Amino acid sequence: MGALVADVRQIFARHGAAVGLFIAGTVAAWVFILIVLPQIAMVLISFSHNLPPSEQGGPNDVYTLSQYGYFVFGNDGGFNALHLTILAKTVLASVVVTVLDLMLCYPIAYLLAHGARPSVARLMVIGLIVPYWINEVLRAFAFRILFGSTGLVNGVGMTLGLWSDPIDFIREDVALYAGLTYAYILLMIFPIYNAIEALDRNQIEAARDMGAPWWRIHWRVVIPMAKPGIASGCTMVFMLTTGALAAPQILGGPSNLWFTQLVYQWFNDASNWPRGAAYAVILVVVCILFTLLMMRVFKVKIGEIGR
Amino acid sequence: MSSSAAGRLGTIAFCLLFFGFLFGPLVIMVLTAFNSSPFPRLVPWDCFTTDWFGKLAGDAKLLTGLGNSLFIGAGVVLLATPIGLAAALALSEVGPRLRGALYTIFISPILMPGIVIGISTLMFWGRLGSGLGFGFDSVFFNGFFLTILGQVCFISAYSMLIFIARLQRFDHTLTEAALDMGATPAQAFRKILLPFLRPAIFSSAVLAFLASLENYNTTVFSIVAESTFTTELASKVRLGIDPSISAVAVVIIALTLFGAIVHEAWQRRTTALAQGGSAAARILNNPVNAFIRHPATVAAILAIVIGGAIHLGSRHNSDVCVQSIMDAKRAEQERLQQEMRERMQQQRQEAPTAPAPGGSAAPTTPFGGVFAPGGLGGGAPAPAPAPAPSAPATPFGGVFAPGSLPKPADAE
Repeated sequence: MGALVADVRQIFARHGAAVGLFIAGTVAAWVFILIVLPQIAMVLISFSHNLPPSEQGGPNDVYTLSQYGYFVFGNDGGFNALHLTILAKTVLASVVVTVLDLMLCYPIAYLLAHGARPSVARLMVIGLIVPYWINEVLRAFAFRILFGSTGLVNGVGMTLGLWSDPIDFIREDVALYAGLTYAYILLMIFPIYNAIEALDRNQIEAARDMGAPWWRIHWRVVIPMAKPGIASGCTMVFMLTTGALAAPQILGGPSNLWFTQLVYQWFNDASNWPRGAAYAVILVVVCILFTLLMMRVFKVKIGEIGR
Repeated sequence: MSSSAAGRLGTIAFCLLFFGFLFGPLVIMVLTAFNSSPFPRLVPWDCFTTDWFGKLAGDAKLLTGLGNSLFIGAGVVLLATPIGLAAALALSEVGPRLRGALYTIFISPILMPGIVIGISTLMFWGRLGSGLGFGFDSVFFNGFFLTILGQVCFISAYSMLIFIARLQRFDHTLTEAALDMGATPAQAFRKILLPFLRPAIFSSAVLAFLASLENYNTTVFSIVAESTFTTELASKVRLGIDPSISAVAVVIIALTLFGAIVHEAWQRRTTALAQGGSAAARILNNPVNAFIRHPATVAAILAIVIGGAIHLGSRHNSDVCVQSIMDAKRAEQERLQQEMRERMQQQRQEAPTAPAPGGSAAPTTPFGGVFAPGGLGGGAPAPAPAPAPSAPATPFGGVFAPGSLPKPADAE
């Protein structure tokens, strides 16, 4: 706390009272009114009963664990297998998407940083950024066209004779995984690129001169350097994939739900805000715990992320 | 990656595959906007048409949503840019111990799932409003207000990242020099630091606006009763897809490419001029080169190309071609129905007690697969109680799918 006061005082001293007030006031408003208080409100509401507005604040408005209880046990005391499975499947599928993105993006990030000529690298960066500016709904739509029963993938596959009847890629969730992998490529590439770029090229040359094969150069020299970038890229892609809503709504199979779709249903179809809030809290907590667990497993410190 | 030729070839192949994955879906989507088939597809190609753009221009809901989005985007830019600036300045001033903690707090809205931000914003302001005794028509339940706040929550963090990157290159001795010369701290801030940050202010505003325009996850919760461009688009996609959505993509991709190319021209010019020497001389000493490479010229040329394309496209009439395709399909259908009728008659003569085939006997082969939208293909087989063994019964679903021919199976 003392450090905070000293820092605020320094800001005032360096930029003057008006600017100091602007900085302190704006940051405080952002953090408290836009970030912290809404989260607290959501957590509080997730512990309440679903009451009509007239009864809110009345004698029935007491705290309860029933919304969380429903997620685990359902209505009849057994396990709520459907929703638990959906959560597990969402996390597992997000891991798959993250790993796919990592395998796709690591070589490209390495090329950007050390392989390609500057002019080519510049063009590659533009090529990476432009698709990212297309609306995410439209990107999902593009995959729907691509993987539809008359889409190009089915057309090519059937023309080549790989399969004879159109495969329903939407129902099989292939389209969903492809679309999600596509959606967050940029967020994987740039952290890795930033980390690899700092690598001294001489180290690669030295390893090569000593006779190391290319895979050992990557394993021993490049990847250790890229590790913080890989960690923050994976964290971002994983969090955003589990939290994705547009792509699962558009590309998801009719029988396979993404966990965010459950939250959406509690809000919009069932009008049960407390339960929706509880499910949202569950999503966030599970994501954070899983990320922390993975960091522990791969021995990455939190401080290394997001640099 | 590897010095050998094989390694080099592998690298190039990987790059081609990667960028094919990146651009392929977009290219296909763009092309489907010009096919007259009511389901967005590439093959079989029916007619080249620009009608989907006309349909788009007449889509009142989408245009209302676009108007709302522009309003929300302006609000987000006005709020998120100062917040991002303040946060970046705060981070650059605090001590190393506090910086880590602050950075984690500031960056957390980016990692938070968008739906969580939307939900929490909605709940917080709703509870606050009803706690203070306001009704549902008050600002606390207003979709615009909530969406702007919800989006500002995380878009400010994007802004902050841009300002941090720019601030890292700031030479603090400049401020100190100004202070030594007798400027007040406020003057130094206004005359030294802010002008230095101007490019970052500009890029942060553009980024915030685009991020606001394309956001779905947060907006779909916080928008309540209103709509934005993206939520309208998403409901269009979910309710039934047609190529006018591809037409939206064409417009957006064209605008994106326009912006990217002009920005690139501008950037090349400024870096060349900043470098000085031969790079700058090439531009400054050659008037033709200077003119052609000027971003304004590039923008004008692109604008003329786009304008010409729109003009030509609006004059293109595909009615004749569409009609001929329709006629061909109808003729084919009638032929099949005729065949079917004959076959049924034959059957009836052979086995008079056999139940008549229901509506399922529609001629499906030529159209079924073609019109089946991805979401329905394979799903919902036709409710055929007594399928005629002779009917070509493979993909039933297609005929009953939305977006199929205008009334293909009105007979039988």
